Amino acid sequence: MANIPEDLRYSKDHEWVRVESDVATIGITDYAQHSLGDVVYVDMPRVGDKFGAHEAFGSVESVKAVSEIFTPLAGEVTEVNDSINDTPESVNNDTYGEGWMVKIKMDNPLEADAMLSAAEYEEYLSANA
Amino acid sequence: MSDDNLKRTPLNQAHRTLGGKMVDFGGWHMPVQYLAGVIEEHMATRTRAGLFDVSHMGEIWVEGRDAISFVNSLTTNDVTQLVDGQAHYSALTNDEGGVVDDLLVYRFGPEKLLLVVNAGTTEKDWEWISSHKSGGDEVSLKNASSNYCQIAIQGPDAIGILQKLTDTELAPIKYYHFVEGKVDGLEAIISRTGYTGEDGFEIYAPADKAERLWNKMLETGRYGEEGGILPCGLAARNTLRLESAMSLYGHELGDDISPLEAGLGWITKLGKGEFTGSAAVAKLKEAGVKRKIAGFEMTEPGIARDGFDVYVGDEKVGTVTSGSPAPYLKKNIGLAFLPPDFAKEGQEIKIDVRGKRLSARVVPTPFYKRAK
Repeated sequence: MANIPEDLRYSKDHEWVRVESDVATIGITDYAQHSLGDVVYVDMPRVGDKFGAHEAFGSVESVKAVSEIFTPLAGEVTEVNDSINDTPESVNNDTYGEGWMVKIKMDNPLEADAMLSAAEYEEYLSANA
Repeated sequence: MSDDNLKRTPLNQAHRTLGGKMVDFGGWHMPVQYLAGVIEEHMATRTRAGLFDVSHMGEIWVEGRDAISFVNSLTTNDVTQLVDGQAHYSALTNDEGGVVDDLLVYRFGPEKLLLVVNAGTTEKDWEWISSHKSGGDEVSLKNASSNYCQIAIQGPDAIGILQKLTDTELAPIKYYHFVEGKVDGLEAIISRTGYTGEDGFEIYAPADKAERLWNKMLETGRYGEEGGILPCGLAARNTLRLESAMSLYGHELGDDISPLEAGLGWITKLGKGEFTGSAAVAKLKEAGVKRKIAGFEMTEPGIARDGFDVYVGDEKVGTVTSGSPAPYLKKNIGLAFLPPDFAKEGQEIKIDVRGKRLSARVVPTPFYKRAK
C-alpha cells in the first residue's frame, strides 16, 4: 500500500506538496516512485524559473523509464534540491523527506487548497491505479 | 491487452510470490523486476549471482541426416564447425540479408541440433524455418518451446551454487559448451552460456518441474549478509546485456538490419558457402555498410533512450537503438546506428533528449568486460 502522509496535498499527476505560508515544497509521491522503480537522475529547473500551474518543470528518470514532473501550482522556483543527483535513490527511499525536488513561491496560495487531500488521493489511487 | 491473454511461463506463480512486478513483454506476462529493484538485481549478478527465468525463449529441435546442412543453409555462422556438446551464436537471415532472429545453435550429435530463439519471434522463426524445408531435406523439426523451462544462473558465484545441485562437474565445461546431466535430480541441459557478460549457466529442464528447480536454486544460492543470489527481472537482464554490448532483437537487430550493420560480422561466415541472404550480405560487405552499431556514453547529465536522434553538429546522423543508465559502470550508455565515419572511438556526438541536445562520445564496446 502506498504511503500517503496526512499533512500533504496531492495532484492527480502524483506529486505531493507541503505548504508553508506562500512557499510550496514539491516532490513525487510514494506511488509514483514505486511505479518508476530505481530513480537515477532528476532533471531540475533553475532558481528563478517561473511555471504556470500543471506545467512540466523537470523529469525523473529511473533505470527503465522517464516521467515528467508537473508543478501543480503556479509560481517561481526559489530553491532546488541540489543534492538529489548525488543521491537520487532518496527519491525511492525518502520521497517525502530527502527526496523533495523544488520549492516554489506560489502566485496564488489558494491553489493549494484545491489539491487533493490524503484521503482524496488515496481514493483516486484505488480508483485509477 | 488484458493479462488473461498473455502467455505465461511455468514460473509465473513463482514470480508473483516473489513480488515480481509483472508486465506484458512481447505477449508474455513477465517480471520486469522483483522487490530488490533493477539496480540491486544488476549488481547481484555482477558481484554474486542472479537468477533469471528465460523460459519464454523458444526451443526448436532439428533432427535427421541433413540437420547440419539444413541449419547451415539458413544461418550465418558455420554449423559444420561445431562439435558435439558445443553451441554457437548465430543469426537467421532473410533473402535480403536482414536478420529474422538471432539464436543459439546447439550440436547434440551429427544429426541432432537444438535452436534456441527469442520469445517474441518463436512463431515467426518456426514458420520461416518450416517453410524452407524442401521435400529432399531429410530433417524433422519440432517446436518444443512449451516442454522446457529455461533458467539462467549468472554471475561469479553461479558455478559454485549450481555445483551444489548437480553431480556433473561444471568447471571443465567450456564457455559455449554444454552437457546433459541432472540438476536437483531433474534431467537437464546444462549450458555455459548467458546474456549478462558474466560467467554462468543456462539450464533447460522439464517445464512441469520448473518451480521446484527455481526455488531450489534460490534457496541454495542464499548466503551471507547481502543474501547471495537474487531473482532478476527483465529490466536487469536488459541493463546487463547492454553493459556487455550484446544485441537485442528489435533494437540492434531486425528484418531490415544486416548482421554486418549490427556488428555481427564475426558470426557471418561468408566463406562457408551459400545461406539464405548470403548474396545480399556479400554485396553489402563489398559496397561497405552505410551505418553500424556504435557504443556511446553520455558526457553530460541525461539519459539516452531507444529511438532518440543522434546529431553531429546540426546534422542528424543516426538513432539510438538502446539507451539506459548502466548500474555497474554508473554511467549513462547506449548503442546507436551511426555512419561508419562517425562510429569511431572519441567521436563527439549529441543526443536529442526530449528537445535538449546533450553531449555524448563514441566509446569502445563492450562497455563492461569481466575480469577473467
